[in-house]
Amino acid sequence: MTQLSDKVVARLQAEMQVPDLTGTRYRLVRYLARGGMGSVWLVEDTVLQRRLALKVLDLIAPTDDLAARLLQEGRILARLEHPGIVPMHDAGTLLDGRAFYCMKYVEGQTLTQHTPNKSLPDKLRVVERIAEPLDFAHARGFIHRDLKPDNVMIGAFGEVLVMDWGLAKVSASNLKPAEDEIATVVLPTQNSLRVTGTGIVLGTPGYMSPEQARGDIAVDHRSDIFSLGAILWFMLTGSAPGELPVAACSVPRPLRAICEKAMAADPRARYQSAQEMTADIANYRNEEPVSAYSESLLERAGRVFARHRTAIVLVAVYLLMRVLFILFEPR
Amino acid sequence: MPFATVLGQNLRCSLSPVSLRTTLPTTSQLFGNSQDGSFPLTRHSVVLAAQSHDPAERSRAIEAIAAAYWKPVYKYVRMKWSIEREDAADFTQDFFTRLLEKEFLDAYDLRKGRLRTFLRTCADRLFMNQARNSKRLKRGAGSPHLPLDFEEAEQELATVSRCESPEDRFDKEWVRSLFALGVQRLRVSCENGGKMVQFRLFERCDLEDADPTPSYSQLADEFGLAVTDVTNYLAFARREFRRCILDQLREMTPTEEEFRCEAQALLGVPVR
Repeated sequence: MTQLSDKVVARLQAEMQVPDLTGTRYRLVRYLARGGMGSVWLVEDTVLQRRLALKVLDLIAPTDDLAARLLQEGRILARLEHPGIVPMHDAGTLLDGRAFYCMKYVEGQTLTQHTPNKSLPDKLRVVERIAEPLDFAHARGFIHRDLKPDNVMIGAFGEVLVMDWGLAKVSASNLKPAEDEIATVVLPTQNSLRVTGTGIVLGTPGYMSPEQARGDIAVDHRSDIFSLGAILWFMLTGSAPGELPVAACSVPRPLRAICEKAMAADPRARYQSAQEMTADIANYRNEEPVSAYSESLLERAGRVFARHRTAIVLVAVYLLMRVLFILFEPR
Repeated sequence: MPFATVLGQNLRCSLSPVSLRTTLPTTSQLFGNSQDGSFPLTRHSVVLAAQSHDPAERSRAIEAIAAAYWKPVYKYVRMKWSIEREDAADFTQDFFTRLLEKEFLDAYDLRKGRLRTFLRTCADRLFMNQARNSKRLKRGAGSPHLPLDFEEAEQELATVSRCESPEDRFDKEWVRSLFALGVQRLRVSCENGGKMVQFRLFERCDLEDADPTPSYSQLADEFGLAVTDVTNYLAFARREFRRCILDQLREMTPTEEEFRCEAQALLGVPVR
């Protein structure tokens, strides 16, 4: 029998996962990452000579069910044409039976890598830009359900892209009958948890809403609002909610209130749309009142002073000069 | 007195040179040929057949299981219990003889755990029992020894890191054995299909220790082929190899769930 060294075994293990691109227009460049259901590879489209990201099911999972789910993810991406959602280019089945789809290759960093050393206004703008495609998707009945810093990419030109819609759920009203059956099935991912008989818990602890964690079937877009609040918390503190005691985090009170409202246990107490939440964030950035936070008179005075600092200082200087002039006017 | 010493004194047996063949039998020898009415290559058949009441069928199934598991068992006991090579060889033969006698496999409930874990636990239990009884169990008198190449296993064991746990080594050896059987299966498939050039290319490119591996243009020169042919032939061989490995694994796993878990472990994919 053939003797195989550890090195050869490791090589064969790696080789087993390499997608067989024979008969396609793509040439393999390198491995990129693991995602829900499979792996992501950098490929070159030999016809158009451009680089794309190819997501392919694991070799051991070429079942019809999973292939349908991968295709469904591709279809969701294809429907969501928005600058903040990575565009789809192609989908199909490889010779080895694995389903795949191709999407734009985004060169950049995940939010986790990007966040350190950014100023507070920059961080808040990023959250606002995450909310834009989310709001767009919600308006069309799509719920992401796995929103977290690792699923947000900051591109080379500063563009913010929401990735990995593998757990996305589509509300029945937005689908044709034949698609509904697939769409309402939840998709597995590396970090998923399976617990209940009434529903399957999917998502990432820390960023997952309580109703999603319970496995409720009737999860709606407000579950994503919870995750967006958790992302805002991560941006402000550098850690996922629950990782550090709240008292240990120095977060401005209005922003803390925004996070708390977004992450309220009861979906009815949360912001009812991503747009509503970003309006509050924008208000904070512009030193205007935040709906989630009732400020004291002193805080309001401080905010008004901060917002109109230059004008107030000019008026104060003018008044001081006038007083000085009156007091010391040569007689 | 430590276990290993007790066992060393009591387990040592005369290994007949006849039992030490240099190579394992080929896949067709191991599994038989379905066309001549022997053990059929059907999914899940190996584990279920190993629990069969038909001695001939059971024997062939145990040989197939032994082909995948003898090195993991041998190296595991060598590392875990620090016993001498002759004792480990004896133990390994004894272990698979007991499997053949249905002593262990009757207790295997495929709903309760993986075959891989079950066999490792059985190896532990057998060792403990033998150490406790402080006597070598001369079992299977008259039954043929499995043709296992312990010399080869020893050479491989010499390269293993001392920091590695016996359990990790058991799992790695299981992966190695399955890949080796997959290569064997691919070779047979290529021989039967007249695709030996494809197999030799695969062997040259993927099975040799050379680092870096030869480029496609080097292979094209070496084999007198066009580079595009090398690309296509290698793609074919690798695709077939994947199929062989998964077929091999399917036969060694009794349920779909276990197959998926074991495939993830085999391929080094995180278990979801």
